[in-house]
Amino acid sequence: MLKTTPFHPRTAALMEAQQWRRWAGFLAASAYEMSHEREYHAIRNSAALFDVSPLYKYHLRGRDATRLLDRVVTRNVAKCQPCQVMYTPWCDPRGKVIDDGTLHRFGEDNYRLTSADPNLRWLHQNARGMQVEIEDASERVASLSLQGPLSRSILEHAVGRDLGALKFFRLTNATIGGVSVVISRTGYTGDLGYEVWMDASEALPVWDALVVHGKPYGITPAGMLALDIARIEAGLILLDVDYVSARKALIPGQLSSPFELALGWTVSIDKQPFNGKPALAREKADGPSWSLMGLEIDWLTLERLYEDMGLAPRVAAAASRVSVPVYDGSKQVGYATSSAWSPLLKRYIALAHLEASSATPGKELEFEITVEHRRKRATARVRKLPFYDPARKRS
Amino acid sequence: MRNGKVDAIVIGAGHNGLICAAYLARAGKKVLVLERRHLVGGAAVTEEIVPGFKFSEFSYVVSLLRPEIIRELDLPGHGLQILPLESTVTPMLDGNYLAAWGDHDETRRELYRHSPLDADAYDEFGILMHHMAHAVKPIIGMMPPDPTSLSPRELLSLGKLGGHMRSLGARKFYALHKLMTMSSADYLDEWFETDVLKATKSASGIIGTFMGPRSPGSAYVLLHHYMGEIDGAFRAWGFQKGGTGGVSDAIAGAAKRLGAEIKLEAPVGRVIVKNGRASGVALENGDEYHADIVVSGLDPKRTFLKLVEERELPGDFVANIKRFKTRGSSGKVNLALSELPRLTCMEPENIARWKGVPIPPERYLRGAISISPTMDYVERAYDDAKHGSFSKRPYMDVVIPSMIDPEMAPPGQHVMSIFCQYAPFAIEGGWDDAKREAFGDAVIDALAVHAPNIKSAIIARQVLTPADIERITGLTEGNIFQGELALDQLFFLRPAPGYAKYRTPVDGFYQCGSGTHPGGGIMGASGRLAALTILGERS
Ligand SMILES: Cc1cc2nc3c(=O)[nH]c(=O)nc-3n(C[C@H](O)[C@H](O)[C@H](O)COP(=O)(O)OP(=O)(O)OC[C@H]3O[C@@H](n4cnc5c(N)ncnc54)[C@H](O)[C@@H]3O)c2cc1C
Repeated sequence: MLKTTPFHPRTAALMEAQQWRRWAGFLAASAYEMSHEREYHAIRNSAALFDVSPLYKYHLRGRDATRLLDRVVTRNVAKCQPCQVMYTPWCDPRGKVIDDGTLHRFGEDNYRLTSADPNLRWLHQNARGMQVEIEDASERVASLSLQGPLSRSILEHAVGRDLGALKFFRLTNATIGGVSVVISRTGYTGDLGYEVWMDASEALPVWDALVVHGKPYGITPAGMLALDIARIEAGLILLDVDYVSARKALIPGQLSSPFELALGWTVSIDKQPFNGKPALAREKADGPSWSLMGLEIDWLTLERLYEDMGLAPRVAAAASRVSVPVYDGSKQVGYATSSAWSPLLKRYIALAHLEASSATPGKELEFEITVEHRRKRATARVRKLPFYDPARKRS
Repeated sequence: MRNGKVDAIVIGAGHNGLICAAYLARAGKKVLVLERRHLVGGAAVTEEIVPGFKFSEFSYVVSLLRPEIIRELDLPGHGLQILPLESTVTPMLDGNYLAAWGDHDETRRELYRHSPLDADAYDEFGILMHHMAHAVKPIIGMMPPDPTSLSPRELLSLGKLGGHMRSLGARKFYALHKLMTMSSADYLDEWFETDVLKATKSASGIIGTFMGPRSPGSAYVLLHHYMGEIDGAFRAWGFQKGGTGGVSDAIAGAAKRLGAEIKLEAPVGRVIVKNGRASGVALENGDEYHADIVVSGLDPKRTFLKLVEERELPGDFVANIKRFKTRGSSGKVNLALSELPRLTCMEPENIARWKGVPIPPERYLRGAISISPTMDYVERAYDDAKHGSFSKRPYMDVVIPSMIDPEMAPPGQHVMSIFCQYAPFAIEGGWDDAKREAFGDAVIDALAVHAPNIKSAIIARQVLTPADIERITGLTEGNIFQGELALDQLFFLRPAPGYAKYRTPVDGFYQCGSGTHPGGGIMGASGRLAALTILGERS
């Protein structure tokens, strides 16, 4: 039996087509409505409400909390201000990415780390001899993500105060529906958005208050299908889809360094020793052999491929997580791990791992596509990520 | 066929003998298989000991059977049908329990209940064991080279092995070295803190051995049992439709289809050797069969010490075979049941008390029940055996085949298979009827601690001590693997240095049973490799 999140009484009542999936051992909504289309548009048009409680969350407290985190993650934690959030990957000693998540600093010695995979043992293994208390808060803390251009207005009504001062990747305490919560200006959509963190036992009043205050603003509970498209538009990677954790990789070819995942900016190579530092320093000097880039599949060639079959072009409404070969002439130079038709950009986009020599924005490559059971290749251009980055995300 | 001549005679229709025969027949050889008993299969048989109740009398689960054999002999086409055995529940002494389910998320949730750290470690351990099994797998499919030979072929083969070892990289090589030398208890201690988890995992390191979980070398057996799990499309442990005998029947069917003849109730008395060459066999009744190729599927001791006159063999070889360890340590209790057992620990109130996830009985009873509540319990079971008696509180691996295949028992009734350790072959004073029944009682008592209704549910029971296993299957001292899977008895040392390649000191006489590389269990690798060796030499 899968676990259900603290919001299950509400989310189950909304579920129209039993489109559930599993996420970290929990039941998670793929889409509440028959199609995820309206839920997707809420992210870019009004505000979408996601139950993101299945995220793994670790609370770290104590004198050595900063030291521990600085040893584990690649960002410079000492520079993280209280009430700041940092996005960061973390690596094994080979400098290969294990997982990525957000790091919330509540105070001097008080943090929360979120992750896609369990990391309790990893944190403990790195904390030997340190004065730090590591709590697995995954099930104690529930979380909601409110994403979209109207998310701020809804939250301001719900908390009863102005949130203009809450900057991108900062957090604040607040009360919603009588429940004390932490609000971080973070999310997985690349849009204006917030995540709301609360004690699992008080989850429902928060959901209810947000829905009440959000109604006039078109708040729309949304599932993972909608989120998947938005995160591809935002160029945000997903563990087990866009990369394999160094812990689970079975062959060297499955490993990725932060540089290869376009996360070079997160590697503070000058800070004190941390996991993977020597390997990362070497790689930084030599340059990575792979790069994560955007790909935009050329619609005209796609149209032609379908036309050859007597068909109009067709793309799936949902994002694809099937790995697709990418070619330069006769040579395979990479593979795309996530792809989607962007309803907003009206473009067919993908996240692709490309050999460094092919990872130049504007370069013309070929993306494999199956048209009527036959493998074809469509022209695709290398793009810088993200595909979509509205000013409101930071303003 | 009486006194007739064939190309090859295979002695013993255990699964390895049958596989060897099938491969020889496939290559066009005229093959005759001679089996002592009235049915094929050796330790892999199904018998209706109690009318209406089919027992997988000895071996009861399948996982190691080599995929290439399944494919090459088209065993599914001859009735091989492996049904999943998904879960394991271990009742604990304090009333709590530990379960491993078929689903990763469910297993993680259950482990987390015991130790959040172990829940993480479990996945990493699984990946490491996958790596290790992957590293060892080529060795299993490889003819063991002779490290003392300087022939180019042997050196090439040794070189390949060395190259393979180097390709593992330092990390995996060290891990493999640990696995080869440590005790399963020590090895598991490096990973886990939950005692009942370690106890249950360590149990697979002691199966068929005369070692406890704290004996060095037991970690390798742990790996041996992981081996079946890495062939992606194949499941881990499974249950053959109709009981384990179904596996043997499928192989026999394939062998017959390929032209092999199988003669039952034909016990071989000796191998006929003329001028240092095997030329056939004589049955116990004196009938003779002639062939230039004679293959024994029996264990090494029976093969060389019973079937061949000592003077035909080099003295040091005989000494090596005599020293080959076959200390039987396992027993088996098969039950016909009028109703299903109920584990106290899995009653809804008890699950709630320990904050577990409610599970309907039909579900956990489709899987295994492991009686391995603590590491001390398992080690103590071994202590009894070390001192010459059967375990008062044995380690047990319990399955209810009729929950998986309803045709194993009359509708609504059940069969239960209980594999237990330790029951030493060399019990003080030797085994007799009284000791057998006392051992059976100890097993039932130990199970009744966790499943109180078991006693009243028993319609009939069959208790098999190592002495019974030897008597019925011919496995010397009842050793389930035809010889212990100890480091000094593996690879180019199995069964004896210089004779690891299915050859024997007698020209034309070969061996193909579990007592040869790569070893025991329903694996079939030795039967196949033996046939390939023979065909390579004589085509
Ligand atoms: C109680 C028990 C439980 C087990 N559980 C499992 C399990 O769950 N899973 C697993 O994979 N493995 C298990 N095993 C191990 C596995 O069954 C054996 O390793 C395997 O079956 C051995 O096969 P074999 O063909 O090498 O030899 P055997 O099965 O020993 O075959 C030898 C054959 O030779 C015959 N024979 C003997 N003497 C003569 C003679 N003089 N003339 C003619 N024929 C003769 C015998 O009757 C027998 O048929 C178990 C074994 C036992 C005993």
